[in-house]
Amino acid sequence: MTRNRLPPWLVLLLPAVIIILAVVAIPLVLSLYSSFTPYHLTRPDTLWKWTGSFNYIKAATDPNFWKAFGRTVLLLTIALNAEMLLGLGLALMVSKVTHGQRALRTAMMFPMMFSPILVGFQFKFIFNDNVGLVNNALQSLGLTDVAIPWLVDGNLAMFAIIFAEVWTSTSVFAILILAGLFALPQDPLEAAKVDGCTPWQSFRFVTLPFLMPFIYIAMAIRSLDVARAYDIVQVMTNGGPARRTELLWTLIGRTGYVDARMGYANAMGYIAILLSIGFTVYFFLKLQTARRELGMGD
Amino acid sequence: MAQVQLKNVVKKYGAVGVVHAINLDIAEGEFVVLVGPSGCGKSTTLRMVAGLEDISGGEVIIGDRVVNDLPPRERNLAMVFQNYALYPHMTVRENLGFSLKIAKRPQAEIDRAVDEAAGILSLTPLLDRKPGALSGGQRQRVAMGRAIVRHPDVFLFDEPLSNLDAKLRTQMRVEIKKLHQRVGSTVIYVTHDQIEAMTLADRIVIMRDGHIVQVGTPLEVFENPVNTFVATFIGSPPMNLLEGVIRAGQVVLADGTAIPQPPGLNVAEGRKVQLGIRADNIMPEGHALPPTAHMAFVEMPVILTEPLGTETLLYATLSGTEMQAKMLNPRPVSAGERMRFGIALDKCHLFDAETGNSLRG
Repeated sequence: MTRNRLPPWLVLLLPAVIIILAVVAIPLVLSLYSSFTPYHLTRPDTLWKWTGSFNYIKAATDPNFWKAFGRTVLLLTIALNAEMLLGLGLALMVSKVTHGQRALRTAMMFPMMFSPILVGFQFKFIFNDNVGLVNNALQSLGLTDVAIPWLVDGNLAMFAIIFAEVWTSTSVFAILILAGLFALPQDPLEAAKVDGCTPWQSFRFVTLPFLMPFIYIAMAIRSLDVARAYDIVQVMTNGGPARRTELLWTLIGRTGYVDARMGYANAMGYIAILLSIGFTVYFFLKLQTARRELGMGD
Repeated sequence: MAQVQLKNVVKKYGAVGVVHAINLDIAEGEFVVLVGPSGCGKSTTLRMVAGLEDISGGEVIIGDRVVNDLPPRERNLAMVFQNYALYPHMTVRENLGFSLKIAKRPQAEIDRAVDEAAGILSLTPLLDRKPGALSGGQRQRVAMGRAIVRHPDVFLFDEPLSNLDAKLRTQMRVEIKKLHQRVGSTVIYVTHDQIEAMTLADRIVIMRDGHIVQVGTPLEVFENPVNTFVATFIGSPPMNLLEGVIRAGQVVLADGTAIPQPPGLNVAEGRKVQLGIRADNIMPEGHALPPTAHMAFVEMPVILTEPLGTETLLYATLSGTEMQAKMLNPRPVSAGERMRFGIALDKCHLFDAETGNSLRG
């Protein structure tokens, strides 16, 4: 009696294939497909109606979408640069600490240990215009006697969100840059001293070029994180007031789950992913260039 | 160019002294080598001159300025490091010109200085490469080039050749010597390799445990070591030392062998001494230099031979001590063979057995 047996290599690969299909491939294909339909969560039959690129054209011509897109890019640019500069400063200072550096490094990780949702609530309270810490402090110090509408004014709300984002994630940069500082060879620095460099010149011409790969790695990781920013914004402003802090994913989340227009949300999601890919590729290329400059090979 | 003076220079890490009040005068244009075993304080001394280590006490004077509190950049010196310390992200050209760029010299002047240094060190074809694409010897030359372009008052070398293979080391040694003849700057050179010290130095400074043991020209320290440390450190193979007691003008060894004491020395009867004999001054009969007026002869069993081509190094035992002797015009010698060796007494040394200090002069 002969049974039809699968070749052993296929049998062995099957668990992996099944998992990848179930977890990645099928949802991916399904969501991509649904972005070409008017799929509405409350009307499942809409999944079978093909509308071609309708959703994409709609997104591309929707000013709200592009405003959210622009705001996300703005958030990315400001938050990443602020985190990089602060993280660099923090790392440089911590690297000079001789006693208790270990404890300090652990303490630096604390902000990363909190759930972003809780961080959102915390800063929502801090920036509250009536009972918030910031206004309270400003008024007690006599710097102002009006209640600054931190989370209501569009620009101030954006600032508050960036502030929360920076507070949470500066330590990512600091830790990675600190790792770079520990790996920094001392000889070229001493050579620079003898060659006539001031401390600033040593930093500018020797330390910084060496740190650039570490900075770009942190940038690449963080750009993915910030590009999908959702939780903190959702909690602090819910994209409001009147869409003034609307980011790509708060917009997409609302469209998909509140308005139940999943097909359209998926289409916007795919455009948003291009942004993430764009940033990642950009930083990766920068990383490669920086590594090549250091002669670290390719 | 400038002279360098160390006056009672001390280096301490906490309570631990590393360099103990050393004094040294280095003349303008002189090539001085600091040599000694690891941990003797030679590199620390150099780094104090460079300004990379704080000076715990005393004064370092370059030219006529006390530089104790000046940062390295204001001391106008150049340093070549053991690990080359090139800037990995800069090309050879940028590495060479970096110090001039920092000093804000005009680009034309930088180019001229870089081209000149590259020419001297045959680096011209490598100017656009990064250090990562260079061999060890090439990197070493770039490190030297970086020092030359500045026309510094003093060149400092910190074990510059220790990371190179033996052949390249010999070659670079010659290049450094040529460079010094050409540039004529004051050089302070640190090494643990006594051959480098002997071949390069105008004067050798031998250090141990943070103290200067002896200062002198290579021939002075070779021919008149002040103690057994210098005697065994300088010269290859190291000087043989035999323990003995002075009896009736002879050095009597533990096994009763008596060797007349070197001429011109007057040592008290019964004093415990060490007789120092270099391998070049103890040779087997028939395979030796023509005998001198003061010869002594001993018989020793050979335990090992090291043929070197024109000569063979013989290991033999005398009074329980392992000795090394040179055999000219070598013939095959088998282990265990007893041979008669002639000792050129006028080239031998006597040291006090306890302090190790030379009894000559």
